[in-house]
Amino acid sequence: MKSAAFEYARPDSIAQVCRMLAESDGEAQILAGGQSLMPLLAARLARPSLLIDINHVAELQGIAIATDWMTIGGCTRQRTVERAPEVQAACPLLVKALAHVGHIQTRNRGTVGGSLCQADPAAEIPLIATTLSAEVTLAAPDSERTLPIGEFIQSAMETALAPDECLKSVRFPLWDEPRLGSAFHEVAMRHGDFAMVAAAVQVAMDEFGRCRRIALGLGNVGPKPQRLDRMAAALWDTTLDDAAIDAAMVGLSDEIDPQSDTLATAAYRRRVAPRLLRRAIKDAVADAQRTAA
Amino acid sequence: MSELYPVALTVNGQARQAEVEARVTLLDFLRDELGLTGTHAGCEHGVCGCCSVMLDGQPARACLLLAVQVAGQAVTTVEGLGDPDGGLSVLQDAFWEAHGLQCGYCTPGMLIAAQALLSENTDPDDEAIRDAIGGNLCRCTGYGQIVEAIRLAAARLRQAQDGVPS
Repeated sequence: MKSAAFEYARPDSIAQVCRMLAESDGEAQILAGGQSLMPLLAARLARPSLLIDINHVAELQGIAIATDWMTIGGCTRQRTVERAPEVQAACPLLVKALAHVGHIQTRNRGTVGGSLCQADPAAEIPLIATTLSAEVTLAAPDSERTLPIGEFIQSAMETALAPDECLKSVRFPLWDEPRLGSAFHEVAMRHGDFAMVAAAVQVAMDEFGRCRRIALGLGNVGPKPQRLDRMAAALWDTTLDDAAIDAAMVGLSDEIDPQSDTLATAAYRRRVAPRLLRRAIKDAVADAQRTAA
Repeated sequence: MSELYPVALTVNGQARQAEVEARVTLLDFLRDELGLTGTHAGCEHGVCGCCSVMLDGQPARACLLLAVQVAGQAVTTVEGLGDPDGGLSVLQDAFWEAHGLQCGYCTPGMLIAAQALLSENTDPDDEAIRDAIGGNLCRCTGYGQIVEAIRLAAARLRQAQDGVPS
């Protein structure tokens, strides 16, 4: 398990990173937290000629919270986000999911942007970004563009990132309703392993116990995380009781396309997904009631 | 042989430096360049947790870091946990007493993970302990005695802090 040889560069600005990418003719790779790339190098499944270490690019680090958005720099550590009180206050769903991302040792190094660029269908951060309709900003040598997460993640392990682009930041819309709740559940072999199926829900309830807004997402039931917009529309203005959830679940099996792999069969995922989703909805409602109390 | 890169860092409080290829992991750097073989090489692709070290006080997998990457930073290995005179730390002694190891291969990583926990939480419950060592595989013990050892170490450290003899 020894990597093939490569060169190493440690730029300190996004502009330098993009320039190096552009000059490398697709032979360079960005090294962020390394928690996915290093195993690929060790197995020689990746053999870049140059590793561009972005861990010293200050403009890629940090968390900024405004009224409507929370922006996280691409190279911000997962553990930093998980432990930030301001993220816990603004976007608790992300914190709940981060507890399932690998282990403390890997979250201390792993980055938010790295996980998004890896685009593993079983990964938690892309699922939360998809559920909450996040946007990513990509920097190129002379330009920048912002894409909805659904366009950025194209398929399993495939993104819209061009060879000379670097993920600069991701921004999550923040909800301003007073009675917010969220929940995250996944089934994995062990805590910290990749999810066989994961479900994320964020909900806003009104003072009469009716749903004013809901976002639902499922992970690893298709090549990329899935936001369930039809279900969200069906659940709007209900009390999110069992009858409402039952009604909204009709048709879900046509909307997901789980595959069989070494972790689980497609049939298993089809059985688990609605159950996890129901649990997440109910927990999110209970969470909203606690927030209001 | 490809290009060599200078690496200067602090290991267990001592300034160390060497020139290495970019592809050399921190794990191999510690073991082969510095002779610190307490950090064990297990899976070498980030799964087993054997090679855990502290990087600027936080646990990380040494096999998923390049030596060139951590230049300028402070690394603590299992060799840095004990007393400078070679005596065992409270945590290491608790592993011995509670028999928190059998073959010992995972032990350096377990100690690093546990030490990181105890430096932030002096009274962890079993859930916190299990979360802290969740990224470390042990094929011998079934983890029960490891959890017990960490609990024992926490109790002894609290006693020491409160001035009560253990």
